[in-house]
Amino acid sequence: MKTTADVIVVGAGIIGNAIAYYTAKKGHSVIVLEKSAIVGNGGSSRNGGGVRQSGRDARELPLAMYGIENLWPGLSDELGYDVEYVKKGNLRLGKTPAHLKILEGLAKVGQSCGLDMRMIDGKEVQAINPYMSDEVVGASWCPTDGHANPLKATLAFYMKARELGVQFYTETSVTGLKKKAGKLKIVETDKGVFEGDTIILACGLGARPIASQVGIDIPMSSVLIEALVTEQEPDMFPQMLGTAEADFYGHQTAHGSFVFGGSSGLEAVNSDNGTPVTHSITAPCICRGIIKYMPRLANAKIVRTWAGWMDHMVDGVPVIDRIDEVPGLILACGFSGHGFGIAPAVGMTVSELIEGPDTTVDIFGLTYDRFKAKA
Amino acid sequence: MSENKQPLTTLSDRCADIGPFVPAPDDDMIVCRCEEVTKGEIRKAVHAGLWTIAEIRRYLRCGMGLCQGQTCSKLVKGIVARELGVSPALLEPATSRAPMRPTEMQVIATESEVNF
Repeated sequence: MKTTADVIVVGAGIIGNAIAYYTAKKGHSVIVLEKSAIVGNGGSSRNGGGVRQSGRDARELPLAMYGIENLWPGLSDELGYDVEYVKKGNLRLGKTPAHLKILEGLAKVGQSCGLDMRMIDGKEVQAINPYMSDEVVGASWCPTDGHANPLKATLAFYMKARELGVQFYTETSVTGLKKKAGKLKIVETDKGVFEGDTIILACGLGARPIASQVGIDIPMSSVLIEALVTEQEPDMFPQMLGTAEADFYGHQTAHGSFVFGGSSGLEAVNSDNGTPVTHSITAPCICRGIIKYMPRLANAKIVRTWAGWMDHMVDGVPVIDRIDEVPGLILACGFSGHGFGIAPAVGMTVSELIEGPDTTVDIFGLTYDRFKAKA
Repeated sequence: MSENKQPLTTLSDRCADIGPFVPAPDDDMIVCRCEEVTKGEIRKAVHAGLWTIAEIRRYLRCGMGLCQGQTCSKLVKGIVARELGVSPALLEPATSRAPMRPTEMQVIATESEVNF
């Protein structure tokens, strides 16, 4: 068993696997430790597959834009596995003047960052996607957004990293972090002790108790969201869809099934008994949202539903940063339910952070020390 | 697996040696009928590092079709276990998920008359 490497990554979700891939590609040795028996068993395999820039906070938008411009288009070829990336735009739909106001706000954020995103009327929505209900009066439209298959993309990064010699240990829980001569070096687990020059926490909610052992608190909480998938349907449309009120979001996959995610609004007070289980009221709520916007799908059959927790950061964007107080520690967590689309850019960026503070993409707004109490 | 190698007792070390992929005459045999996944695809995926039923299923879609694995899940488990050289008991089955039968959106949507 190999226990030392240049870099130890905790978490084998798409973020951890992408970090492992880009780091190994640079020639560093990498060990990835995963608590679950299954690679990519958290939010990485439980999300809607959006690869979008629209609707994002300005602080993480540069990562989304860089990834879509430079990484996603060639990713299947680069990894050697088809991640089913489709770049055919994102419609965020509205039915009321209040909805349009929300969408205009989102479009302004995008435009201020140089994103090609604009408001379109109901007629133009119909021209782009004829399956929408007549009640849709407008939408924000970002033609360079899209979607990919999160199950395949997560495992593709894993398989490619493994080919490059990255060591993966599943069913391995981190129990402690220790410094050596003032620098973080030691990762204690239930399977033994590992040692590396850089330790990266890319394990979502799990990063909070681990980082707390070296005095770093990351203000994340768990939020449950649910998703569902239909049987195979004839090809209908290639865009990623969302709504102003986030009733649901999703797309038609390469396989032909539709994947939609959403929430009931009652997640915070429903009991989950410690596992992310689907609640009987949520899939009906998502279905009602879908049918209102796309009446054609009323007879599509749901074959499966599932749930997952997102690692919701208190201000809704992740921490991607080197920790000054703990030399050797890098955090990449708290993706707040929208980490999938930026995962390749995050993987590349963190592989740069290992070597120094300068990164290709501006991540200035994602520091760990940005959380302040009310003045 | 070579003859002198100890069988795996855990699947934790994903880089443990399970030997090379060796093509077999029945690799074209369809195992998952709903999604048309072959035995050879499953065996190759194991050698690419997918060592759990959940990963195999998420990558290849076997057991993700209309019958949700009610026909093929045992066969897939047997193939993966054999390729890894472990007992099938070491492999967790995939999670069964609601609904138990494919159900129209408009039926699921009307769980409450008040809401619709």
